[in-house]
Amino acid sequence: MESAAVKNEVKVIVFELKDEEYGVPVEQVRSIERVQHITRVPKTPDFVKGVINLRGVVTPVIDLRSRFEIEEEEYSSHTRVIIVSVNDTEAGLIVDTANDVIDIPAGEIEPPPEVAGGVEAEYIYGVAKLDKRLLILLNLDKVLNTEEMKELKQIEAHQ
Amino acid sequence: MEKNQYLDMFIEESKEHLQAMNTHFLKLEEEPGNISLINEVFRSAHTLKGMAATMGFYDLEKLTHQLENILDGIRNGVLNTSAELLDMMFESVDDLEAMVEDISAGGEGKRNVTEIIAALKKLEEGAGLPSPQSTALQEAASTAVPEEQTIILDDFELTVIAQSEEQGFEALQIDITLQENCVLKAARVFMVFEALEKSGEIIKASPSVDELEEEKFENSFTVILVTKSSSEEVKSSILNISEIESAEVTKIFTGKIQTEEDKNADKEPENSVDEEMENDLPRSSEDSSRRQARAQSANKTIRVNIDRLDTLMNLFEELVIDRGRLEQISRESNNSELTETVEHMTRVSGDLQSIILNLRMVPAEQVFNRFPRMVRSLAKELNKKAVLTISGEDTELDRNVIDEIGDPLVHLLRNSLDHGIERPEDRIKAGKDEAGKINLLAYHSGNHVFIEVSDDGAGINKEKVLEKALKNGVINKGDTGSLSETEVFELLFASGFSTAEKVSNVSGRGVGLDVVKNKIESLGGSVSVESEKNKGTKFTVRLPLTLSIIPSLLVKIQEETFAIPLSSIIETAIIKDEDILSAHKQKVIDFRGKVIPLLDLTGYFDVPVSAEASNHLHVVIVRVQQKIAALVVNQFIGQQEIVLKSLGNYLSAVPAISGATILGNGQIALIIDCNSIMQH
Repeated sequence: MESAAVKNEVKVIVFELKDEEYGVPVEQVRSIERVQHITRVPKTPDFVKGVINLRGVVTPVIDLRSRFEIEEEEYSSHTRVIIVSVNDTEAGLIVDTANDVIDIPAGEIEPPPEVAGGVEAEYIYGVAKLDKRLLILLNLDKVLNTEEMKELKQIEAHQ
Repeated sequence: MEKNQYLDMFIEESKEHLQAMNTHFLKLEEEPGNISLINEVFRSAHTLKGMAATMGFYDLEKLTHQLENILDGIRNGVLNTSAELLDMMFESVDDLEAMVEDISAGGEGKRNVTEIIAALKKLEEGAGLPSPQSTALQEAASTAVPEEQTIILDDFELTVIAQSEEQGFEALQIDITLQENCVLKAARVFMVFEALEKSGEIIKASPSVDELEEEKFENSFTVILVTKSSSEEVKSSILNISEIESAEVTKIFTGKIQTEEDKNADKEPENSVDEEMENDLPRSSEDSSRRQARAQSANKTIRVNIDRLDTLMNLFEELVIDRGRLEQISRESNNSELTETVEHMTRVSGDLQSIILNLRMVPAEQVFNRFPRMVRSLAKELNKKAVLTISGEDTELDRNVIDEIGDPLVHLLRNSLDHGIERPEDRIKAGKDEAGKINLLAYHSGNHVFIEVSDDGAGINKEKVLEKALKNGVINKGDTGSLSETEVFELLFASGFSTAEKVSNVSGRGVGLDVVKNKIESLGGSVSVESEKNKGTKFTVRLPLTLSIIPSLLVKIQEETFAIPLSSIIETAIIKDEDILSAHKQKVIDFRGKVIPLLDLTGYFDVPVSAEASNHLHVVIVRVQQKIAALVVNQFIGQQEIVLKSLGNYLSAVPAISGATILGNGQIALIIDCNSIMQH
């Protein structure tokens, strides 16, 4: 019985970006950290804030606001870095705050509408309505797409 | 399941044997009549066959078996070591290698070997070889039983027999044959043992007791019993057990037993006969003799899985980071006791570091030993003649480097053969030996390992290089005149220089020396070339001894800390504003009579400016190959051993940054890649 329930639900970590709630599957999340010293890495896109020392592992961090072209804000005591791991790529996502883990019934997930919370549809895997909350589920594969990064780099190189 | 346990060992040993076969075949090509070489190959083939059979790789077994027959023919003088035959031998070794490769990649080691086997068979039959295959086949099936029951005793067993004789016991060799239709062989064996142990002590069984228990024998086995009972009593006690076909009991006296040493001594004059005997020996004794031989030379070494060494290295890297942290704390706290302890710890960990690094060192031989074979077949393919001389193959390199250096070296050797060495007729015209010489040399110097690939070929044709570079757009027309000879040679390494204009199998398939250069530079090394017309060309590869812990200079650029590997630094200096000159809109300085470009790293890395401009500049003079430049920083922090860490997959290709390291304060500093800075 329990296993059936597990199958039909998606456990997600919920975080906030400029008053919107987002979710990433808990399987893809390694840990949630406070913001610590970030070493800037030159010649990378703006949204790559640099690298942090995550218990001896050099981990790149990305500002999600900047990644989604939302205006950036100063980091506060609520700011969190969500360490995610997708396809052998590990990275930290800087978000406004992260404080919830919830189960979403699989049936509640709908395909993304054309525009959701200002984030381009390709980064979104689905939307879930829970009571009065609207949760945007991110497609981390796309968010951490390094192909796109290479293109960016080439554009920079040509400038 | 049980098989997996031995699979690694099987792969390792197979590779060793295949390598040995290759090496010996090559030597055989030079000295066709050398029987001892044949014997070496035979031994390797034989062991390989046995192992393959045990592990159930039957294609491998079949082919080695056929190889053995041919070798046997050569040994008995029925076959000649013609070039054709050797080619076929090499081909079969290639097949064997492919199968072993497949096995190590997780495959079944299956391969269509019928063709080569048929070809080998034809050779064999063409020579009218007798086929003494029955025994060999049986042996190969891993359930081998010796036809003639020769049993070999080691020193310990001999002593036991000798002592029991003194006490009035007798040693009996009992050859027992079970009935053909016996179903539970192991059970019968057990009963035989039980019966025998009532009257005496079994000191040896062949096949071994384990193998007997697993029914790994056909119908007969041999035991040696020390007993006071008479032969007849023993015999009848065995025959009382049902399903026993026969039991032959013979007395043995220590004086008459063939010991291993005798056997080895015999082997020298009468190789072929003894090899036959070894063929028929049960595996257990073959193993023990092999083990003994190995014990003499290698009882002080152990095989350690490379993963464990990697783990050790990783842990040690953590320690180095903490050491840095401790050093910093002790400096800040001014506590002399703490400082002393930390200093001691630094010394100890320094020693530890060199030991761990040494553990990971392997001789260059591991990569080099496949080259003679490669050069030989390549020369044939190109209709050229070449001799490869290898020296310094015992030079040691970090395991990581060894794994990576193979391909670039293959490329350089191919290059020498294809472009360097001339055709035999041209060589004779030029007054050289018909066969070209290629030298592969490795040596240590300072903190680096050097590997040289040189040939006595035609040398690099400067005009042709320029022509090609122009054609492929690597340089502009205007540049041609101003380039020095070295700079022209460097063009060979430029990307886009080599194009697939003429696709030969050997080199020139679009990937050129630039790939070699990139690979070597990614290992933190460099490659350079010297050449003299008609005299030859020499490529020199310089590699760091290790890849993971590098001495470096920490510097501050504004408020950010960066590390510059010491290997590229010539010196540091403080210069005044008025020392800076301008040439072609590029800032330059005069460095020991040479004008070198000045590069401000603040601008280069877009570092936010925070420090006030001063009229004194801190510069680090770096050199990569022939290029020298001065990098402007804000402050020198000091020299430190740093642990190289990657920036992770997400930031896999940041320009001018080769990685990162964790400093004593837990923060990350980026490591500057001087190679890539200099290219701009």
